[in-house]
Amino acid sequence: MALPTTPVPHALPGSGATLLASDNRHEMTKPSPVLSLRGMTKRFGSVLAADHIDLELARGEVLALLGENGAGKTTLMNMLFGQYTADAGSVHVWHEDGAEIILPPGQPQAAIEAKIGMVHQHFTLAENLSVIDNILLGTERLLHLNRNRRAARAKLEALMIHSGLEAPLDRKVRELSVGERQRVEILKALYRDVRILVLDEPTAVLTPQEADTLFASVRSMVENGLSVIFISHKLREVLAFSDRIAVLRHGKKTGEMVTADADTHSIIRMMIGEEHDMPERTPGTPRDSVLKLDGVSIHPTRETRGLSDVTLDLKGGEIVGIAGVSGNGQSALARVLSGLLAPNAGGIEIGGERLAALTPRAALSHGIGRIPEDRHHDGIISALSVSENLVIERLGDADVQRAGFLRRASMAKNAEALSAAYDVRGPGIHARSALLSGGNIQKLILARVLETHPNVILANQPTRGLDFRAAAEVSRRLIAARDAGAGVILISEDLDEVLSLADRVLVMHAGELTETESRDRASIGQLMAGHAA
Amino acid sequence: MIEIVPREQPSRRLTTGVPLLAAIGSLLLAAIPLAFAGAPIFEAYGQMFTGVFGSLFSFTEMLTRATPLIFTGLAAAVAFRAKLWNIGGEGQLYLGAMAAVWVGTGMIDGPPILLVPVVLLAGAIAGGLGMLGPALLKTRFGADEVVTSLLLNFIILIFVQMMLEGPLKDPMSLGWPQSEPIVDEAVLPQLIAKMRLHAGFLLAIGTAIIAHVIMAMTVWGLRIRAVGENAAAARHAGMPVKRIFLAVAFASGALAGIAGVSEVAGLKGYLTSDLSPGFGYTGIVVAMLAGLSPLGVVAAALFIASVFVGTDSMSRAMGVSSFLADLTVSMSLICVLLGGFFARFRIRRVRTEDAA
Repeated sequence: MALPTTPVPHALPGSGATLLASDNRHEMTKPSPVLSLRGMTKRFGSVLAADHIDLELARGEVLALLGENGAGKTTLMNMLFGQYTADAGSVHVWHEDGAEIILPPGQPQAAIEAKIGMVHQHFTLAENLSVIDNILLGTERLLHLNRNRRAARAKLEALMIHSGLEAPLDRKVRELSVGERQRVEILKALYRDVRILVLDEPTAVLTPQEADTLFASVRSMVENGLSVIFISHKLREVLAFSDRIAVLRHGKKTGEMVTADADTHSIIRMMIGEEHDMPERTPGTPRDSVLKLDGVSIHPTRETRGLSDVTLDLKGGEIVGIAGVSGNGQSALARVLSGLLAPNAGGIEIGGERLAALTPRAALSHGIGRIPEDRHHDGIISALSVSENLVIERLGDADVQRAGFLRRASMAKNAEALSAAYDVRGPGIHARSALLSGGNIQKLILARVLETHPNVILANQPTRGLDFRAAAEVSRRLIAARDAGAGVILISEDLDEVLSLADRVLVMHAGELTETESRDRASIGQLMAGHAA
Repeated sequence: MIEIVPREQPSRRLTTGVPLLAAIGSLLLAAIPLAFAGAPIFEAYGQMFTGVFGSLFSFTEMLTRATPLIFTGLAAAVAFRAKLWNIGGEGQLYLGAMAAVWVGTGMIDGPPILLVPVVLLAGAIAGGLGMLGPALLKTRFGADEVVTSLLLNFIILIFVQMMLEGPLKDPMSLGWPQSEPIVDEAVLPQLIAKMRLHAGFLLAIGTAIIAHVIMAMTVWGLRIRAVGENAAAARHAGMPVKRIFLAVAFASGALAGIAGVSEVAGLKGYLTSDLSPGFGYTGIVVAMLAGLSPLGVVAAALFIASVFVGTDSMSRAMGVSSFLADLTVSMSLICVLLGGFFARFRIRRVRTEDAA
């Protein structure tokens, strides 16, 4: 790549970007960069979602971006694509001719013009249109009458031969398999001549064979000069497929290494960290069994992984931590315990009663308190007030209603007391709960669950997205409930959280639950990755 | 560049002021077609006003016209609160009217104190069942109730026409397709001598108050709002979501059915296939104008009835088309939808940030 000898700064038409002189002569020995993110920072309320993240991408390189949910991967990519405006930091892109431009923040159009493309984990295809229409969508002028489809088709056919990605151009997308749809997504990006391609969890929905084919095609495109950022948390794939690995954790870049030098242990160490900033765990005193799962199985569906023969004996006064990479059956387990999903096989024993399945009502009446994973979607009804949300699980109770009429005064008293006790802050108990922050919504849910003194508490990702103080408060409450005799099932992707709270650790992988005596991160990490300890 | 940002907490003044402004705005906008029609504008507005408030007769006519609109407006408002899109108010109105005629033309005898409630109940049940069908299709098979309830309107109307040519036809009607008259004991009494205003109006006001109390003050109202706002969370909280949905469907259909009873037993006395000039559909406008609030429905129905009655009288006096009424009502809906948008969002001008 030749560097311009006399760079002339001028504005790039349409994008508002500024051309800068390239000042990387000293980097000539290194592969030429195509993308550089510098000091990217984004804060949401009190949460620092991205904290001065630097990332470099060279031409013809595959960079794997690793991290747990909430580590900042999505935030970072959204800033790259201009969907979020960064609080600080800049995105630098180098053109073919070596000219460096800085993308203006908050403008997706600029990222598109800079030839950056993204394939989302959830496909963005119109199912009722043909493959070719999906690919052309957005590349044509709105009021253009003569669509130059022959040229487009020729270009696509050349692309397909070139990349090895085959897709039936004239079939409707709804008739395609998941793997084919993904190829269409990638072709869509390639058709726009992208030079930088971001693949967000590309194999999450693929069979191993489809994944292999995908990697082979991407490899051949990379050899032709494409640069790829590959977001994943499947270590095996990352090791096999990437050139370099960058790890994010709690919004910070915690490490970077050349893949050739990396192994599973070193990556897991970077992903889950080694610091012990949580207080020392006080052991629980297990009592009688409060909940038993006996060979519970769920057939997998397209959306969720199933469960195979899950057996669990939860005692009162203990916290059972379920660790694992998300998407390994945790949500199916949580839905069974919440009463939202009936097992295909197996039984649930609670309070001496054996049931084939729970309903939400039955879960509540058997004393299962549920802190759902998606607190906005399942936990609260955001258009209802704080005081209403605090009683939606017990509308029949005598302090909530009399002869079907809501006892507003009593509800208000209840809400005032719980808001004070659980430190729920917001514009007041009569305000819509949509106005509360994530941490306060979680405290509201916690207050609703714990005030009924449940025997069993299901806490699914209870601290996800919360800042440190709110997370510590949630942990403290769960420990207090345990000490009062409740059995707690803690599902978390954050191994730190599991290790700091749980009296027993179980690992969920591919729908199976394995108990481990080990408290060693590396060996738990092996179980999380599906290897026997 | 402009940006649309949601307002954190729309103020009371905005949420109540917007429909009011929309109503005024739509009346002002009506000046444009009036001018096109060549009518002197101020005189036309004057005629419109006296056409509603000029005499006891015109005022009670307006209230008479508002009566079915309150019922169909409530039917839409209650259903929409639960995000059940009942577009079948027109059909349910006819089902209610048909049940009233079936029960109230001599099938049973009794004093008014017995017969009036029986006729109302029959109409409510018929209307309720009319919406239960589409709701069941939705909960069972996921069929879109907008489509099913809307199409059912046409089926029901043709069914009514068939019945009026057949079993329900009055042998004394000299060949007109109309039903036998409702027996005197089942007729809703007049409120003022020589005026057409009938007890259905008071019933409508009472129903609106009851609906308001249920929505705002009872467990059922809270459940309906919960299901409408977030069915997933309602289910997670242990609410019987499907049952609530079906109950709301029945209640909504029943309200529209009572509108039909009220028209037959209070106003017309017998059933014809032109009983309703689209009260079921206008009820949707009423409900939207009212922001789905049951008490607001009364105000919105009075407004729309005033527009209809006032424009009718104006068009007669000025010789312009009475379609102006439909136009004004449509414009008020557009104004309300636009106004509602501005009440919920603010438009902010943002200057494009320069690249660093």
